[in-house]
Amino acid sequence: MAELTLEPEDNPAQHLLPKLTGNRKLWIGCFQAMASDCELLIEGVDEAQALALLMIAAKETWRIEYKFSRYVSGNTMDRMNTSSAQPMEVDPETALLLNFSEQCYQLSDGLFDITSGVLRKIWRFDGSDAVPASVQINKILKQIGWSKVDWHAPKLRLRLGMELDFGGIGKEYAVDRVVLALNAEVDRLLKQNALSNYSFVVNFGGDLACSGPRLDGSPWTIGVENSERDQTTVATVSLSQGAVATSGDSRRYLLKNGIRYSHILNPLTGKSIIDAPHAISVAAANCMQAGMLSTFAMLQGEQAEEFLQAQELQYWIQR
Amino acid sequence: MQLIKQKASKSTVRSFKKIAPALAAASCSLLSVASNTALARGEAGTWDFEAASLFYAESDDRVVAIEPVFSATKNYKDGEALNLKAAFDALTGASPNGATPSAAPQTFTTPSGNSTYTTDAGDAPIDDTFRDTRVALSASWLAPINRDWEYSAAFYGSKEYDYLSIGTSGGIKRYLNNKNTALNAGLSFSSDTFEPEGDIPKPLAKMSFNDTDFAASRDSASDSKTIIDALFGVTQVINRNTIMQFNYSVSMSDGYLSDPFKVLSVIDDTTGSNFGGNLADNIDAANNVYLYEARPDSRIKHSLYWQTKYALANGDVIDGSYRFMLDDWGINSHTFDFRYRWQLGSSYLEPHFRYYMQSEADFYKRYITETEYNAGKLKEATADYRLGDLDGMTVGLKYGHKLDNDHEFNMRVEYYLQSSSGDKGFGLLKDQDLYPDTKALIFQVGYSF
Repeated sequence: MAELTLEPEDNPAQHLLPKLTGNRKLWIGCFQAMASDCELLIEGVDEAQALALLMIAAKETWRIEYKFSRYVSGNTMDRMNTSSAQPMEVDPETALLLNFSEQCYQLSDGLFDITSGVLRKIWRFDGSDAVPASVQINKILKQIGWSKVDWHAPKLRLRLGMELDFGGIGKEYAVDRVVLALNAEVDRLLKQNALSNYSFVVNFGGDLACSGPRLDGSPWTIGVENSERDQTTVATVSLSQGAVATSGDSRRYLLKNGIRYSHILNPLTGKSIIDAPHAISVAAANCMQAGMLSTFAMLQGEQAEEFLQAQELQYWIQR
Repeated sequence: MQLIKQKASKSTVRSFKKIAPALAAASCSLLSVASNTALARGEAGTWDFEAASLFYAESDDRVVAIEPVFSATKNYKDGEALNLKAAFDALTGASPNGATPSAAPQTFTTPSGNSTYTTDAGDAPIDDTFRDTRVALSASWLAPINRDWEYSAAFYGSKEYDYLSIGTSGGIKRYLNNKNTALNAGLSFSSDTFEPEGDIPKPLAKMSFNDTDFAASRDSASDSKTIIDALFGVTQVINRNTIMQFNYSVSMSDGYLSDPFKVLSVIDDTTGSNFGGNLADNIDAANNVYLYEARPDSRIKHSLYWQTKYALANGDVIDGSYRFMLDDWGINSHTFDFRYRWQLGSSYLEPHFRYYMQSEADFYKRYITETEYNAGKLKEATADYRLGDLDGMTVGLKYGHKLDNDHEFNMRVEYYLQSSSGDKGFGLLKDQDLYPDTKALIFQVGYSF
């Protein structure tokens, strides 16, 4: 096994070091980030190259996690959320993410809203029956709504009590960024003739993207976790290009009077979406697009299918 | 009952919009920028600079121009940007004065009236006193009003030895459909003053060869024109690969629109040689009659422009455009432009092909006949080849290289060939090449940082 080295600043959250297993036919790299098992499958490279690619993937993922996590004090996210209604300027990457979030807000008619994270203060999805009262909900709704945010790239001003949360896009964003970083490295290796052919998949707990079909021309086959507790793989998706993302209520819900309240919350009403499918997977050109479409579909509740049909993309739904 | 219920439940089913393409475009614009070097250029608080130098040379020792341009853009916090630009032109060489070539040598008075120059038999008459320098300065300001609106304002001034142009413009842009559509409207106004050495010639006055007559052929020391342009445009993102733009513009010019340096030859009805040998203007000099040109004092131009850019999966970009122009001088023109940007890692190669075809103005005449001259009924006439029937073709290649520090170096070479056509003349004039081709080589180097 080749030696793994990583500078401390590349692993700010001090995750366990990535692990590489497998052989020349298929390398399997694993690391932890964003509360998910992150996996990288690579074909066509030697061990040292596989290790280098795995390090690039982990570093980029950890960079994004550390910058946008809600749990790191003093990071970009924290500085925005503690700006106490003062105008502030954000860096270009954050500006692009805010622009994207704004477009998602508009495209979803307000259902996707990065200001809705404060709802978690009253909704705790611990499997219990603690459904919040409507008084609580109405109070917190005042702190929600992207339209209340004063956003003029790169200037941002949040009203007092409002918070932003990239939780709904962070993982998908990381998958796409890792694919870009890996492609750049692979291009470099190709130019040096250090590599003739390759294929890879980046899979962050069901949000995944690939570089293309496998070297033998067949699609990558990836298991998508079942929504039920047992974690057995029931659905597999075949992927030859682009990305697949999954939204679901797997193991995160409240149960009261026989009603299962999903952890998908409607920012307009402050209430849990009822009758949403257990899980929705969507295939699209990149993971961000796939992730947004699966999330938007969940937010449509019982009309998720109709929404997905209108998108004319491949999808899988678990009711 | 059953039926009504069904109807009701049907009407509650929302019909969903297809938003997948818009999301694809949004995610692509997010991911198209590298995360670490994102937007290094155009970042708030920074200056972006561009320096370029253009070299233009026409064949047969005609016009040579060198134009260094320097541009600086300051980006502010709220997306506002200030651009300052300075250009300096140095032009030397000769340009056709409009007279026809002749079987005999021809002598002309210079525009200043101070001297004469002679063109050999069979040669295109060229005014080689053409020499000028120009300094142009402009400042423009661009700023968003809110998420969907943007405005711009600009001032412009340029000064040549005998020409001053000042102008101002303003524009407004409205974004719709999550910035997939942009509507823009612009208005500009410019005022130009011409003050040639030797004053402005009277329309269709005869070129004279003595001081008294020269003074009589002059109108005023200076003249001016105003130009108002209005533009309406739509830019539409069609899908993640394609962007399309449509523009309509109208341009209204008023005032002195003639070129004081251009003349027309008067041709003898029977021989096809220069008319005037029997006029005893000056017994020492040739007495050929040349008239200063006269153009209408207003012009309205309409143009329609369509451009499509298409990005291929491998990063190459195809850029095609077409412009149709129509004016009340009877000119219409078609311009086809095609570029292919071939991405080669951090470099690119961009072949360029442009084809231009134009019909002549109603008052364009390669020459004036003796009959027309003696009848004295002509009000407007020009022999300026730029207002005649012409076809122009440009073939070029641009190379650009992006350096690691986000600076870009580029160079461009273009070859331009223009051919004119029209009335071939009669008699002796038939032996002359009335429509020589214009060929030019353009070379430009640029650096942005």
